[in-house]
Amino acid sequence: MSKTIYLDNAATTKLNPKVLEEMIPYLSDMYGNASSIYHIGRESRKALDLARDKVAKALNAISNEIFFTSGGTEADNWAIKGVAFANEKKGKHIITTNIEHHAVLHTCQYLEKYGFEVTYLPVKENGIIDIKDLNNALRNDTILVSVMFANNEIGTIQPIKEIGKITRERGIYFHTDAVQAVGNIPIDVEDLKIDLLSLSGHKFNGPKGVGVLYIKRGINILPMIHGGGQERNKRAGTENVAGIVGIGKAIELATKDIEKKNKKLTDLRDMTIKGLIERIPDTILNGDPEKRLPGNVNVCFKYIEGESILLMLDMKGVCASSGSACTSGSLDPSHVLLAIGLPHEIAHGSLRLTFSIENTKKDVEYLLETIPPIVERLRQMSPLISKQ
Amino acid sequence: MEGYSEKVMDHFFNPRNVGTIEDADAIGEVGNAKCGDIMKMYMKIKDDIIVDVKFQTFGCGAAVATSSMVTELIKGKTVDEALEVTNTEVAEALDGLPPIKMHCSNLAESAVKSAIEDYRKKQNGEKK
Repeated sequence: MSKTIYLDNAATTKLNPKVLEEMIPYLSDMYGNASSIYHIGRESRKALDLARDKVAKALNAISNEIFFTSGGTEADNWAIKGVAFANEKKGKHIITTNIEHHAVLHTCQYLEKYGFEVTYLPVKENGIIDIKDLNNALRNDTILVSVMFANNEIGTIQPIKEIGKITRERGIYFHTDAVQAVGNIPIDVEDLKIDLLSLSGHKFNGPKGVGVLYIKRGINILPMIHGGGQERNKRAGTENVAGIVGIGKAIELATKDIEKKNKKLTDLRDMTIKGLIERIPDTILNGDPEKRLPGNVNVCFKYIEGESILLMLDMKGVCASSGSACTSGSLDPSHVLLAIGLPHEIAHGSLRLTFSIENTKKDVEYLLETIPPIVERLRQMSPLISKQ
Repeated sequence: MEGYSEKVMDHFFNPRNVGTIEDADAIGEVGNAKCGDIMKMYMKIKDDIIVDVKFQTFGCGAAVATSSMVTELIKGKTVDEALEVTNTEVAEALDGLPPIKMHCSNLAESAVKSAIEDYRKKQNGEKK
């Protein structure tokens, strides 16, 4: 195997060397605790403030609306539980969708055990909610709507602006898990009327172990991590200074020239989708052809199973992912693929390829040469195809 | 996910006895597409000895590898001996499977049993 083609950027991304460079001093000489009064502590404090400003700028928020967390999962947990428990006297109804990341879904399921009621909105075949369903689900005791910005598996982008308008008019808090969207699509929390937004550093070439919860000023939310007075008494724990410096630099870089980057990724994406469908019969595109993340390809090849495809692709140097049961560690295929109406046996044969700016047209050409014989080989082995 | 042994990878990338047997004396099929695993096994049996065996599998790496391994284990054996092959033996012959994949070895054992059941049914039919 001579080369590696990394096409799993929705799982994680490569740390940008410029980000690493800015982080290194805070992993070595500048080790001060940002809460300390002396100069090396103050240096760390300054670095945190600068990073907070950068995140705020990228989202069109103000700096004291930015709270650093250990990642996207913590931000989702905090947003949902923190709002739920702070507002339970107003109501105990939450609305979300059935294609959310498990960080949201499992948090909502947890709240159901504590007397909260959760409505899980379905999605249409293209993976996008119907605004009518949201309107119908709203109740007088609804305290929170949580809808992901863009889906991690099929890349579909939800009508965030419409949701923000509806929730703001009714005075209901709106949280969005934007882990996949930040750095891929421009986000303006003011314009979109978002109250809470989760993001994660390692999805846009920043470090792992650091994320952000944007909390609009005035939102009633309880802290989830108790301890010292860090993050204005809302999220305790000595700050991960190097990680926070990293996420600040990474979001600055990722949101610069976003249109130009999108154009390139969209071209690679569409070339791949078109090429696969042309070359491989019984191939289905999952999600919406247009309202999807610029770098996201998700297809199903009928009659074969996803993990087998991944193993064979790995032999050819390609890193990709699948929503098959065997790759999710359960007996069911991805809940997202089932939610868009795919039968189990087709959902098992999914392949997700997620591009980064480092990928090239040559990579796509290589994929289009490599994937068809793999599918053909596995289909020859499959008892399903002979039944057709 | 916990990795596969070299033997599993070998049997996945170079599966033994893939295919179908047109005039098979026995055909067994187990699993279902819903769970993402189907194994179909074809046998040619002469004087109660499995002289040839082929398989088709829809499933993950472990499903393909266990199918391949079980065909090697039963080829040349009598049907009674083949019925003695257990899922643990299949897994051991592959130098083990990740815990989450152990059900794939159950499928291999069941596929053999299902084919032999089919063989016995046909035999009884002929005797009548």
